[in-house]
Amino acid sequence: MIGIEAVILTIITASTPLLLAAIGELVVERSGVLNLGVEGMMVMGAVCGFIATYYSGSLILGVVAAILAGVLMSLLFGLLTQTFVTNQMATGLALTILCLGLSGLVGEPFTGLPGAKLPALYIPYLTDIPYIGKIIFGQDALVYLSLILVFFVQYVLFRTRVGLIIRAVGDSHVSAHALGYNVVRVRYLCIMFGGACAGLAGGYLSLAYTPQWIENMTSGRGWIALALVVFATWMPRRILFGAYLFGTVWIMGLYVQGIGLGIPSQLLSALPYIVTIIALVIISRNKQLTKLNTPACLGQQFVPDR
Amino acid sequence: MTGNESVNKFLLEAKNITKKFGEFTANDQVSIGLVAGEIHALLGENGAGKSTLVKMMYGALQPTSGDLYWNGEKVVVNNPAAARKLGVGMVFQHFSLFESLSVIENISLAIAEEADLALLAEKISRVSREYGLPLEPHAIVADLSVGERQRIEIVRCLLQEPKLLIMDEPTAVLTPQEADQLFVTLRKLAGEGVAILYISHRLEEVRQLCHDATILRMGKVVDNVDPQEETAQSLAQLMVGTAIHKIESVSDKQFGKILLRTRSLSLESDMQFGVDLMDINLEVKAGEVLAIAGIAGNGQGELFDALSGEMRVSKPDIIELNGVACGTRGIRFRRNCEAAFAPEERLGHGAVPSFRLSENVVLTRHNSDKNLVNFGFMDHKLVRAIADRVAKKRDVRTSKADPEASSLSGGNLQKFIVGRELDRKPKVLIVNQPTWGVDAGAAAMIRQALINCAARGAAVLVISQDLDEIFEVADSIAVISRGQLSDIYTANEMTYEKVGLLMAGAHEKPTKHVGNLQDNMAGRT
Amino acid sequence: MKITLEKRAMASNFMTYASPIIAIGLTVVIGGIIFLLAGYNPLNALYYYFVDPVMSLWSIEEVVVKATPLVLIGAGLAICFSANIWNIGAEGQLTMGALAGAFIPVMFTDWQSPIGLVLMLLMGVGGGAAWAAIAAFLKNRFNVNEILTSLMLVYVAQYILDWFVRGPWRDPKGFNFPKSVDFEGWQLLPTYGDGRMHIGAIIAVIVVVILAIMMSRSMKGFEIKAIGNSRRAGAFAGFSYKSMTWFCFLLSGALAGLAGIIEVAGPAGHLQPTISPGYGFTAIIVAFLGRLNPIGVLMAGVLLAISYLGGDGAQMELGVSAKTAQVFQGMLLFLILACDTLIRYKIKFSVSQKSTEGALV
Repeated sequence: MIGIEAVILTIITASTPLLLAAIGELVVERSGVLNLGVEGMMVMGAVCGFIATYYSGSLILGVVAAILAGVLMSLLFGLLTQTFVTNQMATGLALTILCLGLSGLVGEPFTGLPGAKLPALYIPYLTDIPYIGKIIFGQDALVYLSLILVFFVQYVLFRTRVGLIIRAVGDSHVSAHALGYNVVRVRYLCIMFGGACAGLAGGYLSLAYTPQWIENMTSGRGWIALALVVFATWMPRRILFGAYLFGTVWIMGLYVQGIGLGIPSQLLSALPYIVTIIALVIISRNKQLTKLNTPACLGQQFVPDR
Repeated sequence: MTGNESVNKFLLEAKNITKKFGEFTANDQVSIGLVAGEIHALLGENGAGKSTLVKMMYGALQPTSGDLYWNGEKVVVNNPAAARKLGVGMVFQHFSLFESLSVIENISLAIAEEADLALLAEKISRVSREYGLPLEPHAIVADLSVGERQRIEIVRCLLQEPKLLIMDEPTAVLTPQEADQLFVTLRKLAGEGVAILYISHRLEEVRQLCHDATILRMGKVVDNVDPQEETAQSLAQLMVGTAIHKIESVSDKQFGKILLRTRSLSLESDMQFGVDLMDINLEVKAGEVLAIAGIAGNGQGELFDALSGEMRVSKPDIIELNGVACGTRGIRFRRNCEAAFAPEERLGHGAVPSFRLSENVVLTRHNSDKNLVNFGFMDHKLVRAIADRVAKKRDVRTSKADPEASSLSGGNLQKFIVGRELDRKPKVLIVNQPTWGVDAGAAAMIRQALINCAARGAAVLVISQDLDEIFEVADSIAVISRGQLSDIYTANEMTYEKVGLLMAGAHEKPTKHVGNLQDNMAGRT
Repeated sequence: MKITLEKRAMASNFMTYASPIIAIGLTVVIGGIIFLLAGYNPLNALYYYFVDPVMSLWSIEEVVVKATPLVLIGAGLAICFSANIWNIGAEGQLTMGALAGAFIPVMFTDWQSPIGLVLMLLMGVGGGAAWAAIAAFLKNRFNVNEILTSLMLVYVAQYILDWFVRGPWRDPKGFNFPKSVDFEGWQLLPTYGDGRMHIGAIIAVIVVVILAIMMSRSMKGFEIKAIGNSRRAGAFAGFSYKSMTWFCFLLSGALAGLAGIIEVAGPAGHLQPTISPGYGFTAIIVAFLGRLNPIGVLMAGVLLAISYLGGDGAQMELGVSAKTAQVFQGMLLFLILACDTLIRYKIKFSVSQKSTEGALV
């Protein structure tokens, strides 16, 4: 069944940007910061990645540009929320609004131009294995990177001192400060990591998923990534499951539209958003589940008293 | 202070330390010297500048002027890590712990070099055995009692083999028995040559424990004495500067009918690491002050919320206020039953920080005072008059007319909050930790007001962890621990020791039916 | 260089009013620099953005038309944000309001009556409120984060509208364009002036005045501010957070829905797949720029409407992309938030000291 293989391949490409963005935001939230600007950082990553590749012809440069764009935007968020102690929710919204405008502006001349697509890996013999070869060994490099990232984050957060410090800062910034940790610096670094991941996720959209630039091409994926973090109750491995679940819903909608069962296409297009709401309801209604891992300082402002 | 040691005898010496926060001078030319092997008391009222001084010694704050000397050499302590490197350890009054992390993770965070957790676990059990501080390294802090949490803090310090140990109000959260145990540990440490700076306002224990005492008042050192040659009374005099108002109790009390009653009150907490209430029965009569003692975090907040109606119970007659069964009704209804409430948290619970005092009058009285709100619009003049009346009667000192609540000192705000409720002349008054973090003058005034309120015929319930306060105000005493209330005793049949045993849970019944609580107990061992 | 914040004893009254003006000033300066770098005469460009739109009667009317939905939605959101409740799905509520209100003219094409128009507006209000109620219900019943649900519902609402205008409600005489029938007569808001300005603006002003009185004088306003400043203290006062969530979502949803039906019964005149250039999101900026104060929202709404129009004007006159306006708006929100810090803190710049880790001096 070539059809199923193709479906699985597209599911993987649809899930990867969600996975990347969500794993970055997970680290940010673990440090006690709520960055609602994921959508914005993603869309900037998408446009900058596309433009860099368009001019240089190099996909690597494109990926680097996407990451840098995400980091740059996250620094703006960091500057406001950490240095100027602004309301994190309002600032995250502001970041998204600014980035949607900015990406529309800088991307305007590039709308609809053909772009380069990240190549799928080819490993002799392995990729040629029927049915599973292309799925397991024939993805583009970022797919593998995203998977590695999940386990890397899992390892760092729960097995290393750096991770311990991040969780400590998210649990009680007052205690962390009293012990002499630089709360603001830790959070800046986490915010930048989140920005890099979101930028990369955006770059994946414009360099691999649909290799071109379309305004607002993230179409809410950044927000879904935020929901994924809640859905995964701040546990990295559950993000993996969640991202692939949402990727599947997204692609199934498209395929069912293609087959045409008389279901309105709009309903199928709206499906990922409806599923997100349902998933949030299922997770949130169980208070014990969400309480357990929610970083205690999430979204709270912190001003060191010195 | 004998004065005949040479300067180099001091392990740590602070010379002419001044610390300003904007306009406010927290420390003014403070000098103090600490000697190895001695327990040195730092005494002073809330707001006298004790915490500011030790925070500078620990590198958490930088002095505006003045210097610190370590073994006679001038040092700059830039941050707590630097202090730890020198050999300064500190146990904070508000613990610097991470609730969701394990004991061992909490300890490892304070130790810069230690990466190997297995090795650390071994060290922890060695130190905790040596000093009689039992700890389970893999327990999650959220599941631990306050006493256990303090042990983590102490072990955390001891692992770094400090030469100076700073303890900020360590016994405020302990039972008398636990405090005695702590003193054994501290004396052992001093015997090993550790200098201990001991901050407290409990003068009796300072007299028992300390070799030397420095007294701060309004940011200045007022005296340096040998506490063993002083009386608690004379130390208090030095701390406060003036004679403290002596609480007058009413003689020949006659209690009236029961105005506050709970029947088998049980409640599941909705806080992240809350305590469930179990089968609480209490009665307070008109004219009576019932005080509920207990270590912080044993269900006091939940009990207050249940009585105030911020959390509701399943049946009306579980809680009866002024003869009305109101277990299922909210706080507005209960205020209309002539009940009044003052919570533990002043800012952000008893008052909205950014609201003016007059607006904070509206906060609790919009529904129970009949003329305050007309057709959905409030009477600004009347509200302001009430605020001014309360401020005047309770001696609330403000820098300007009708200021924001957040600009008041703790003592002044608490006087206002309690005064706001007393101004309603309630039949039932329920207060939680009424003088927590309040200066001695304000505390005495508030306690007197509570006694007078009962004398006027109200039923008064005081939830407090301050045993001195409890014995000062109470006619009857009960103790809460892990959400369970002991029997109620009359005040004159109780002693500190008896209360201490109850605080440690002597009255608790074994629990079977509440699964949640069992998990809690398992974590405590 | 190190920036440190020092908390003020009391919030600065002066800064409360000065901060939005500083933010606007900074936006203009930064905008000017960007134009300069892009090779435009900055004064000329800024003129087209902020001055030209108010230089002719026609464009002033246009500003009013564009400000109307912004003010209506922004005022509702200002109430929400004051209570610390985060409805960011106003765009979806606007869409559903428009859809619900359009039910009357689409279904009863020939019914010409002022009652019909009033009914249209009421249904718009109801549609917006109903859509907002979903997020409020999920928050109260299942504890679901309202930011995420209200935003997800924007996408869902837009697909529903899309289905209606391409499916059952498509104009049979519309040459297959995705639009509904054109509204006529009493299915449109009465206009005045040159013909685009409609009574929606008057409704918006009335709403602003009512909300301003509510916030400054009434017990409801007190309740909103108490809960917004401290949820715990609000509960201690006896104010229910759940009821407040309902109130805020229903109110802001209703106003967004009203803005939606006003938009289709006013300038648009029919339903189409896109009925708003992001008014629901821009209104977030309006709410913050207006200091979460209804009167402030009125002024902020007008300013943002000018920038929308200025964007179009600058495109025509200078060839600058119309999207620049959106960037300005985002930048403005950023700068307002940064300047708001000045209300509560003094900012001190200091040369960072070299840290000598516990070294003996």
